[in-house]
Amino acid sequence: MSDSNEQIVQFDNVGLRYGADREVLSDVSFTLYPGSFYFLTGASGAGKTSLLRLLYLAQRPSRGAIRMFGTDVITLPRRRLPDFRRRLGVVFQDFRLVSHLSAFDNVALPLRVAGVSENELARPVADMLDWVGLGHRSDARPATLSGGEQQRVAIARAVIGRPDMLVADEPTGNVDPDMALKLLRLFEALNRLGTTVVVATHDVHLLKKVPDSLIMRLDKGRLNDPTGALKFPPRREKASV
Amino acid sequence: MNEDVELERAMPRTRRLFGRRGRSELIPRARLRGPMPWVMAIMIALTVIATAGGLALGNLAASARAEIENGATVQIVEAEKTERDRQARLALATVKRLPGVAEAVRVPDDELNDLIEPWLGDVQQGEEAIPVPAIIDVRFSGEAGERRLELLRDSLDGVAPAARIDAQASWLEPVFETVSSLRWLAMGLVVLLGLTTVAAVLLSARSALGGNRDTIEIVHLLGGTDSQIARVFGRSIAIDAIIGGVVGLLLGGAVVLALGSQFNALNSGVVSGGGLEWLDWLAIAAIPVVGVLLAMITARSTVMVAVRRML
Repeated sequence: MSDSNEQIVQFDNVGLRYGADREVLSDVSFTLYPGSFYFLTGASGAGKTSLLRLLYLAQRPSRGAIRMFGTDVITLPRRRLPDFRRRLGVVFQDFRLVSHLSAFDNVALPLRVAGVSENELARPVADMLDWVGLGHRSDARPATLSGGEQQRVAIARAVIGRPDMLVADEPTGNVDPDMALKLLRLFEALNRLGTTVVVATHDVHLLKKVPDSLIMRLDKGRLNDPTGALKFPPRREKASV
Repeated sequence: MNEDVELERAMPRTRRLFGRRGRSELIPRARLRGPMPWVMAIMIALTVIATAGGLALGNLAASARAEIENGATVQIVEAEKTERDRQARLALATVKRLPGVAEAVRVPDDELNDLIEPWLGDVQQGEEAIPVPAIIDVRFSGEAGERRLELLRDSLDGVAPAARIDAQASWLEPVFETVSSLRWLAMGLVVLLGLTTVAAVLLSARSALGGNRDTIEIVHLLGGTDSQIARVFGRSIAIDAIIGGVVGLLLGGAVVLALGSQFNALNSGVVSGGGLEWLDWLAIAAIPVVGVLLAMITARSTVMVAVRRML
């Protein structure tokens, strides 16, 4: 586990501030390993979304070092970032579906970006929509879908390309408990297939549903880890909160 | 575990490089509803008309110049008719013997009278008839240059002291200069229209970028490259530009044909030289192609500059 080649993500004393404001993340250090399942918890405003933005390469940190898939992504030339982003699946808190595309086209987007032919992508996208219970709504535009349905489309889009790492920001926030459980099972299934999963949530009940998960807690921009166990690797903790 | 199998089937094992065309439209279709095709159509139509005008003027000038550059005119400016006719006969005989002269003809007096009659009336009637110079039209085998004109003058010095010699090209030089100015004007218009087209495409691309910022960000975060996004915008604008270009070419071509048929109906010797050759039509047909390329390059550059500001 200590071999850096096996680390999928490594944060070392990462700090992030927007403009001249105080840091929203301070001295954040942790390591994510392939095939692990992580929950990122913390109160609203603790910095979860900021940390996730660093994870899915939407933001560069103000200080510190970030290695991803064995590469320093801070100094990585901008033109090489798309290759790394294609290895990630992201479920945004506000879904960020493309409003003029159907559910099918939204889910197909990562595959089209990756150059998969229409023939090759039609079946998997349809299957994935079936999997999230939206096979019958594949032609629907996001505006005609409920919040929960939009969230499921966003999740289907995030996992369709079988990412090396899935980053989900409050992915069950708008769905009923049954669907939340089903989506969590989807993440677990994906995890069993080898994808590292990072789910940000403030729903403590959700943490109990994945017994082998690892938990990272953020408190006012700092990883709450007084024992230092989170640093290389994060503390293993039973989901019994 | 059955769910795992279903999920695995739903996720294609693929890691292809980006580059193929997707079937979906990342940019909402606003064809013909937006101003872009119509702006392009107007620009292309105006460019076609300006280019056709410039080419026709060029042809007119070239045709007129070719017709008169070998010519010189000998005028016998003598008030007394008998003496004028005598000098004219001698001059004609002398000119015909000169080396390099292909043809020399005295313009009949009747023809001259017909030419000036609209302004001066019948100049041959009555005793107060206006003395009109005798005119000899000389055609050289080559250009009527200064050396040939000098030889002509020297030869006529002794036999026709009232002779005045002019190269025909020099008469029309002011006309040629005006035509040349009009051609430059047409070229300037074409350049201005090209710049306006670039500005219109730039505004259109910026507007499309502003309206699709969220989509661009999402595609970016999903691993889309700058080139991919630029290509999507470029393709969309190219389709608009092609529609506009074809409409503009048809509009402009129709105007040029209509104007051409009107000028032909004038049946004037000068204007008839201003038609368009097939090479000219080829150049005109290339205008929409150039317009579309210009639009695509402008759109791509604009989008590339904008997306490079993103991480």
